[in-house]
Amino acid sequence: MAEGSDVRKPLLSKKIDKFFTGLADAWNFVRRFFQEVFLPPYEFKEVIHQCYRIGVESLPLISLTGFIVGIVFTNQSRPSLSEFGATSWLPSLISIAVVRAMGPLVTALIAAGKVGSSIGAEIGSMKVTEQIDAMEVSATNPFKFLVVTRVLATTFMIPMLVMYTDFVALIGSFINVNKNELVSLSTFFVQVFDSISFLDVFSSVLKSLVFGFTIGIVGCYKGYNSSKGTEGVGRAANSAVVMAMFLIFIEELLSLQIVNAIRSL
Amino acid sequence: MGNRDVVVEVRNLYKSFGDLDVLMGVDLDLYKEENLVVLGRSGTGKSVLIKIMVGLLKQDSGSMKVLGREVSDLNTKELNALRLKIGFSFQNSALYDSMTVRENMEFPLVRNVKNLTKKDITYKIEELLDAVGLPQTINQMPSELSGGQKKRIGVARTLILNPEIMLYDEPTAGLDPITCVDINNLINEVRERYKTTSIVITHDLACAKMTGDRMAVLLDGQFKSIGTFEEIFPRAEDERVKSFYDYNFINS
Repeated sequence: MAEGSDVRKPLLSKKIDKFFTGLADAWNFVRRFFQEVFLPPYEFKEVIHQCYRIGVESLPLISLTGFIVGIVFTNQSRPSLSEFGATSWLPSLISIAVVRAMGPLVTALIAAGKVGSSIGAEIGSMKVTEQIDAMEVSATNPFKFLVVTRVLATTFMIPMLVMYTDFVALIGSFINVNKNELVSLSTFFVQVFDSISFLDVFSSVLKSLVFGFTIGIVGCYKGYNSSKGTEGVGRAANSAVVMAMFLIFIEELLSLQIVNAIRSL
Repeated sequence: MGNRDVVVEVRNLYKSFGDLDVLMGVDLDLYKEENLVVLGRSGTGKSVLIKIMVGLLKQDSGSMKVLGREVSDLNTKELNALRLKIGFSFQNSALYDSMTVRENMEFPLVRNVKNLTKKDITYKIEELLDAVGLPQTINQMPSELSGGQKKRIGVARTLILNPEIMLYDEPTAGLDPITCVDINNLINEVRERYKTTSIVITHDLACAKMTGDRMAVLLDGQFKSIGTFEEIFPRAEDERVKSFYDYNFINS
């Protein structure tokens, strides 16, 4: 073998070596994003295009899901509250649950499935068909054009989608409450806004930014590092979804602990 | 060839992937405005050689000088400047799926050439599409094109930055014999019209004969024979080189 070969010998075992190599690769990928995001040239047009794809094209699915979540959650919560004669608290209960947890989580999980898999598959297919190499040899930075733009788009669009989901879920909830408890729209929303605090909205937006970043960076990382032809593309799309969902749950737990700690101050 | 400028100079080049040694001491000189064909069976490292040339891969050891610059020593900015002088036509064309032919051709141009008006860009694109004989495809998506058309558009896209060196990776792979001849003619036309220096990677000896001034046969990670078609093939002594000739011109 030639001198200076980049072949790496396994440290303890191949699996452990692979795990830590993967971790280091992922870390370098994230670090590269933060290095490149602030450097020109800026691909504004592509960021807007990706925002449209990620945001606008997700609206039908997000609308349907948010609406159904609002109706179902209200319906399932009613029996427990009615045992205590507290069905008038439904708007408060629903708004706190939707804004604090369900809106961000449901939106992020749907986006991980829809957007994360599509990013993983698209970049993965570009990788195996040498389109990324073609960008590189034409002196264009493919990381900036493909990764930075998509990660920025998911980071900005997921919080917007979360706010939209919150709104649609509350509308769904209102329809259910209005039909059963005969509560008017203004009464419903007065109760909703009385129940949620600035911290609820702020923490929801902040964690949605983190969810958006996670979905984008995981999709891009999996796609960018895919190999082995079309099988690799499928695997990249699949693992982008699984990994993003796993990380989203971890981040949700962490954010819950942080927000609870802030509340108790 | 002695008096002509050397455009690419490869010396004692090694490249391995894991335990697989691909290039094992490759030496090569490519002269200005010549078409050099690199021949070899699949997996012998032909594509690896030209990928090292444009910095997509890095050699383990040895020297790869392109236009007088050692590729592995260049920083990102210098490497990109060098890449602008090299056109790379990929085996599968590598057209961007999500873009039309026009957008595919605009992509490298608008990112690398400043102060171009829309009119300049359109003129340049139309000129090159005319040159490859496909002006009608300008608004089509790559999925609407045939294999031969994709190859031609791929070549047009690389020519848009006026490269000095053209690298063709398996230009006739997967094409029917008539389209192969068209592509071979295109390679010769590009050289004559744009005065490019070319390396054509292929295992198709008919393509090699049509397009190459010289050819180099890659065997066991090294160039075993370098010369004109007549110098190498009809009287080849190495059985593997001979079988290459027999397979292409006698068996088929």
